[in-house]
Amino acid sequence: MNNSRRTFLKSSAAAAAASAAGLSVTPSTQVLAKTGKQNIDWDKAPCRFCGTGCSVLVGVRDGRVVATQADPDSPVNRGLNCIKGYFLSKIMYGSDRLTTPLLRMKNGKYDKNGQFTPVSWDTAFEIMARKFKKTLKEKGPTAVGMFGSGQWTVWEGYAASKFMKAGLRSNNIDPNARHCMASAVGGFMRTFGIDEPMGCYDDFENADHFVLWGSNMAECHPVLWSRIAARVLAFDHVRVSVLSTYKHRSCDLAHLPIIFEPQTDLAIGNFICHHIISTNRVNKEFIAKHTRFRMGATDIGYGLPDTSPLQMKAAHPNDGSSKEIKFEDFATFVSDYTLEKVSKLSGVSKKSLLELAELYADPDTKVMSLWTMGVNQHTRGVWMNNILYNMHLLTGKISQPGNSPFSLTGQPSACGTAREVGTFSHRLPADMVVTNPKHRAKAEKIWKLPSGTIPAKPGYHAVLQDRMLKKGKINAYWVMCNNNVQTAPNLNEETLPGYKNPDNFIVVSDPYPTVSTSVADLILPTAMWVEKEGAYGNAERRTQFWYQQVDAPAEARSDLWQLMEFSKYFKVEEVWPEELIKKKPEVRGKTLFDVLYRNGNVNRFPLDQTNPDKNNFESKQFGFYVQKGLFEEYATFGRGKAHDLAPFDVYHTVRGLRWPVVNGRETLRRFHEDSDPYVRDGSEFEFYGKADGKAWLFALPYEPPPEVPDDEFDLWLCTGRVLEHWHSGSMTQRVPELYKAFPDAVIFMHPDDARERGLRRGEEAMVISPRGEIRTRVETRGRNTMHRGFTFIPFFDATELVNKLILDATDPLSKQTDYKKCPVRIEKVA
Amino acid sequence: MKLCHLKRWFLFALTAVVLCHYLLPQFAIAAGNDKPVESLRGPAPLSEEKKAPALKKFPKERELLDLNYVGQPPLIPHSIRGYKITANDNRCLHCHSWDNAISSGATRIGISHFRDRDGRVLADVSPSRYFCTQCHVPQINAKPLVPNTFEPVESLKTP
Repeated sequence: MNNSRRTFLKSSAAAAAASAAGLSVTPSTQVLAKTGKQNIDWDKAPCRFCGTGCSVLVGVRDGRVVATQADPDSPVNRGLNCIKGYFLSKIMYGSDRLTTPLLRMKNGKYDKNGQFTPVSWDTAFEIMARKFKKTLKEKGPTAVGMFGSGQWTVWEGYAASKFMKAGLRSNNIDPNARHCMASAVGGFMRTFGIDEPMGCYDDFENADHFVLWGSNMAECHPVLWSRIAARVLAFDHVRVSVLSTYKHRSCDLAHLPIIFEPQTDLAIGNFICHHIISTNRVNKEFIAKHTRFRMGATDIGYGLPDTSPLQMKAAHPNDGSSKEIKFEDFATFVSDYTLEKVSKLSGVSKKSLLELAELYADPDTKVMSLWTMGVNQHTRGVWMNNILYNMHLLTGKISQPGNSPFSLTGQPSACGTAREVGTFSHRLPADMVVTNPKHRAKAEKIWKLPSGTIPAKPGYHAVLQDRMLKKGKINAYWVMCNNNVQTAPNLNEETLPGYKNPDNFIVVSDPYPTVSTSVADLILPTAMWVEKEGAYGNAERRTQFWYQQVDAPAEARSDLWQLMEFSKYFKVEEVWPEELIKKKPEVRGKTLFDVLYRNGNVNRFPLDQTNPDKNNFESKQFGFYVQKGLFEEYATFGRGKAHDLAPFDVYHTVRGLRWPVVNGRETLRRFHEDSDPYVRDGSEFEFYGKADGKAWLFALPYEPPPEVPDDEFDLWLCTGRVLEHWHSGSMTQRVPELYKAFPDAVIFMHPDDARERGLRRGEEAMVISPRGEIRTRVETRGRNTMHRGFTFIPFFDATELVNKLILDATDPLSKQTDYKKCPVRIEKVA
Repeated sequence: MKLCHLKRWFLFALTAVVLCHYLLPQFAIAAGNDKPVESLRGPAPLSEEKKAPALKKFPKERELLDLNYVGQPPLIPHSIRGYKITANDNRCLHCHSWDNAISSGATRIGISHFRDRDGRVLADVSPSRYFCTQCHVPQINAKPLVPNTFEPVESLKTP
């Protein structure tokens, strides 16, 4: 070994030790690169797109971003980005940025049928407050609502949740993360009693077998895919299996590509459990000490309205209950899923099924299972999450390096904001729920609010919000940080009627005009990404901070400023009943801003604690360090409760830390004695989310999807993403390089399926479902290879609203929509 | 002295910009176009299905595309139709690997590609950089959907 290599190893070992101890490695923040005659200021920020949470260095000169580069110091991506990450520098500079509030007006007054007219923020908030107050007065808190996002920063989600649940006393707040990983949350809570993956990305460098279930990581989590590729291509024994309903880029690396009939993943999972048991490879000691078995309620419907025939047919609609059973009962239950039967049902060869099951069963093979939307956007999504854990728990392959069931997320802060902060209609911070009186009492205590402030009944979830807008049960509605009109299922029949309902006032906050702003009554121009100080939490529990690095254009303001400023327009007496005010008379005469944000916690940190080298618009406006105050109040929910976050200032100096952060140390793997400080000495494993410290395995059957192709709608349609675009394309479509790499959505289909319909590649097709139709172009080659009977359309294109086709069926437990299997008919456009 | 001058100029500019912002939007929108609130869908109502745009072609060969900043992955100046990158074969490396680049006349892959995750320099391209199309993409000939006002530093601007 030569000298330089030895020196390098030494220094990298030191860096690794420092990072394991939760210390910062030399921050590149201070690096000054010379370009021409002038300097560029570089500072870190997490990427704005997916849940991977890559860190980038943002280069700023003269108040504008002039460059971005992958952050070499980030343990997540070590100097690598995907094509979207490399072009982050351009996402804020689309020439059509919204720069002033716009209100629909006619003859100088608000009119739902009027033209968008620029107004001041004060006018915007005046009319908005009037509409919200009128609704509250006439119909109460259940008639106002907010639809937020896993793209909100941590403190934005927290401020929003507080504003809705405590301020307006309405639980009708839900994030678009409901469409994305509610089933994952359901799975975690049911099996472990605590949300989010036990493992971490370090498992990528330790696993022997990677199994993708309904996930196209090559396009959707490319940087993590590169970590898998690095492992696979460097070690002969490492294997990749990809389970999918069609062949995509991730299959290019797969030793075992498995294409299965939609929905039969449930049966495949049960077969694998059966195989583990029947070949006597159950980790008996682990099972005996650390698990228990449950039989779940079945025939639970499809999350459709109670009046829907499909829902009425279900014996136990929306039933998430379960009964205690023994291991033997579980074994008998899964023994029904024989190789023969499952092969026939799934269309997967017996050889492939056996090969896959063997890799799970073999005690010497470390398995990392990874899944995203194929599992979560599934009318049995929670069940499928449960079944994935069953496989890992039967073999004890969990919470150890390389043995890791890992639920990936789609949005940059699905974990950090939507889940951890609890911006769902039923949740509170740190996995608490509104239905639990102790949890409400804890939140009210931390928030210094009278008991009874937070309503006990869960609010409307995403799909239900649209149904309630349509029915006129929600009349004042605020959409922030998402583009739900492009993503909500069954647009024509469920979403649009609600936005257009003359009784409803719809506010949409966004940096850019979107299809959602196009049907809003009031548009609020929004500051984005590094135009504000922020925090995101990625899929491996890593909380990452960034500073405001440039100013937002003109009148654009962050969601945080919008929420807090708007709260000033409400007097407590206008929104709280007298009996509640009586419990805390000192709130009388105050505004919601005073009660929620000037409460002694949030305004605890003075302005001079902000970074003097950075602007902080919100803090300067409100006169205190807003982000720090919100974060520290929020962090008190989780400290000592296995959700510990480090002190605020630490996060500005490190490339993120994985919670729980206890005594300055982050936690790589939860539930195992070696790495989790919450596991008691000598117990080896402890699943402390459950009162008895045990993880629950669930016996759950295969049940069919709500709709299958028939004579009239004879093809399967799956929707999803492409590498170059993210979310609804409102940012990526405005980056010329990304647009030019994948300009318009197309329908991927088998050439013979096309030919039978008189279509050839490039010709125009009408794609029709019972709920709507869209026009697109036929693609028979390229990155996806479709088999007969199966088609795919990506979601990013505003001109092809594929959500018109999707049924608003959800998982009955998680209320997450199935976007992955919709029967359609395809006709040639004459 | 100089700084003071600059500051004064900046304040003046700022005032002008702020004033413009207060005065301009009214004109822009009162002028009768609601363009600023048009989504990427254009003026078509959400209920209407417009003709889908024709498939756009990736040019077979084109001149090298400019970099926007140092560290940006170069864009692919040719079509990659039918290129396969699998565990066994990487079509891009047929021309772009260091040993093939000279004879093929193609751009050599970047030096960064020889470093692994831990920064160690390897003898060949790093497996973590193996899937070229994660970072490098070809470009169709088309106008952007909306102009982007990003500006590179002077030294990278094309005259």
